[in-house]
Amino acid sequence: MTQGDNPVISVNGARKSFGAVHALDGVDFSVRAGECVGLVGHNGAGKSTLVSILNGGLSPDSGTLALLGRPVERHSIAQARSIGLRCVFQELSLCPNLTVTENTRVAHRSLRGFGWRGRAARLIKDKLDEIFPDNGIDVGRSISGFSIAQRQMIEIATAFTSSDGSVRLVVLDEPTSSLDAGLAGQLLTFVRRFVAAGGAVVLISHILGEVLSTTDRIVVMKDGKVVADRPSAEFSTESLVGAMGSVVRAREARAARDAAASQTAVLSHTSAGRGLDFVARPGELIGLAGLAGHGQTRMLVDLYMAEGGSWRTPAARKVAFVAGDRAVDGNLPLWSIVKNMSVTLLPEIARFGLVDRAAEARVTADWHKRIAVRTENMDNPILSLSGGNQQKVLFARALASPAPVVLMDDPMRGVDIGTKHEVYAMLRAEAAAGRTFVWYSTEMDEVCQCDRVYVFREGEIVAELVGNEISEERILSASFAEKAA
Amino acid sequence: MKLLTAERIRLLVPSMSLAVLLVAVFWLQPRTMSYTGLNLLFNLAVPIALATVAQMLIMMVNDLDLSMGTFVSFVACVTATWVQTDPLIGFAILAACIGVYALIGALIYLRNLPSIVVTLGMSFVWGGLAVLLLPAPGGVAPDWIRAIMTVKPPFAPMAIVASIGIALVAHWLVMRSSLGVVLRGVGGNERTVERAGWSVLRARATAYALAGFFAVLAGMCLVGLTTSADANIALRYTLLSIAGVILGGGEFVGGRVSPIGAVIGALTLTLAASLLSFLKISPDWQIGAQGAILIIVLAVRLLLNRSEARGTGQ
Repeated sequence: MTQGDNPVISVNGARKSFGAVHALDGVDFSVRAGECVGLVGHNGAGKSTLVSILNGGLSPDSGTLALLGRPVERHSIAQARSIGLRCVFQELSLCPNLTVTENTRVAHRSLRGFGWRGRAARLIKDKLDEIFPDNGIDVGRSISGFSIAQRQMIEIATAFTSSDGSVRLVVLDEPTSSLDAGLAGQLLTFVRRFVAAGGAVVLISHILGEVLSTTDRIVVMKDGKVVADRPSAEFSTESLVGAMGSVVRAREARAARDAAASQTAVLSHTSAGRGLDFVARPGELIGLAGLAGHGQTRMLVDLYMAEGGSWRTPAARKVAFVAGDRAVDGNLPLWSIVKNMSVTLLPEIARFGLVDRAAEARVTADWHKRIAVRTENMDNPILSLSGGNQQKVLFARALASPAPVVLMDDPMRGVDIGTKHEVYAMLRAEAAAGRTFVWYSTEMDEVCQCDRVYVFREGEIVAELVGNEISEERILSASFAEKAA
Repeated sequence: MKLLTAERIRLLVPSMSLAVLLVAVFWLQPRTMSYTGLNLLFNLAVPIALATVAQMLIMMVNDLDLSMGTFVSFVACVTATWVQTDPLIGFAILAACIGVYALIGALIYLRNLPSIVVTLGMSFVWGGLAVLLLPAPGGVAPDWIRAIMTVKPPFAPMAIVASIGIALVAHWLVMRSSLGVVLRGVGGNERTVERAGWSVLRARATAYALAGFFAVLAGMCLVGLTTSADANIALRYTLLSIAGVILGGGEFVGGRVSPIGAVIGALTLTLAASLLSFLKISPDWQIGAQGAILIIVLAVRLLLNRSEARGTGQ
């Protein structure tokens, strides 16, 4: 340990809430020089929030933070960088319009003045060659011309370059997600070299094998808390998975759906040789699980597009879609609640191309009662409703349509628990009446409501769980790969 | 190293279209192929090129300036009145204008406003101020500006030398300097720039201030050429400058801009108007014909980009 016994960075009792959601609920976390710490946990465990607090992007609601042993009042991105903290984020964050050299310049304030271009090019080229020998990356080309894997390599190398002041701590969020086995191996070897030379690394990964083999210590998070913090040698894949999902939830009794298996599929999707096939039968509640961003939304969009027809031949409306990102994909923000609800129904309630206002009012009043939207007047603007009630309107929009299949893209984001239970009951009632639901959710207890669950990893279905097989532990162990890819 | 990178294609199309137009003009009217001829063809392109560079700086950070035309008109009015009579006050006004541009840039970022709305509003402000200053066409260009704009350098006429100069300065500033990289980075991925510890607020304000500076130069050059000003003198610059940037290979979003291309785009647009006059197309049809030229050039660029994308096949 080169820095004495002071951790490079430490947080104590950090709390952070977004509205009613407690993203961090009293977290203690520290990293020392010469240490590689693994950070694991399922969706929404608070990993990203913790990283944002470490790098100064977010400030905690309460709790203390110390850099190199000194307490810090107001942390900031600039301060984090000044002590040598770098982050590689999960979503690729380079400027696609700039060249590799120019991206290095953006990362380094000190690369300026005469000849900066040459110095930047040498800096990034040397680091790329050090981490990924024989990479063949031309640093004079702009990022938009590189593949995803090459972009990830460039971003990782940029984080490890130092121009003024040394790099003390690098946070790697899913760094190997788009690297092949060879490149991932090169990276992990470099991480060990970097740590041996006195650097510190925080490694976040869904591949438990690489976390176990590379890190010295593993911190497991769950529901905004640290639930385990022990040397890596004391963990095995099984005990890690166990630590991530230790709470056993009582599952709600569900009517047996064996009869459903015999029925013909209403919707199917064949995977081209990768992973399992997807099948949906009438009356089923199908969950799509796995870590966020592993292909679930892609699957929903593919399913929808396959049935969507084109602008020339509108489809017979077989599927309806409930969007998760209300503000972007769901609401028509300038319209009233009635109009937001009836937009999928227009063909049914129109006569001679004109909307039949009376029929519209009748149908929406009916749904107003059925789903209990909390408003006096359905002609109020949609944005006058709370988030949960807006989401109910979007559900009603899908349920009111005659479509036999409803696709749901994590629709419960930011919805309060009371509304959630109302919607769950509504879904079960509709499913019993024969409608099929395909439900992508990042929340474990929602996935556990389903009759059948497909678990996604790296864009493919890696497991299918039916009925009583559905458990948090089974889903977790399927979402995290055991070995390095 | 590949010969045809995306950046080179971006420059190739505007250069080719300028060359084609130039050949057509020379063929129709051989007398333009002279020192004076070229100067006459291109001298009105100098202020347009400056305004196009200004617009490009705004588009570089994913915004759009709809007040460019009225702002250049206002600057022209200030130049023909205050700068001529009381240079000190005149330059103070122009410096304040650049400050206002920086403020607008900061405001748009801080309040997360659509730049189109803010600059559309500002266009009425600038337009109103210009009318207050010069209710009727008038004013006199300061002699020194007049002298600069009518200078006769050896070898090549002023319009050509000035255009090359503008292109080189803008290219150095935007593409080569370390500041330009950060500014383009804001257009490419604002979060990355922010996470690297830069102030996006300052970067955006800088981009707007630079745009203001180039627009002020545009107004002053324009007065140097026309010798007097008018509150409506440069209204068409708003659309000309946007068209020039796009024609020159720039894009509305993503920080993809080309300063040399923008200057070439401005020259092309000016030349297109001359070509249509030489073709004896009635002025009624000229704007439509100019639009047609724009569409053709953009279609060619789209086709080239597509074949490029197919070529890399990633």
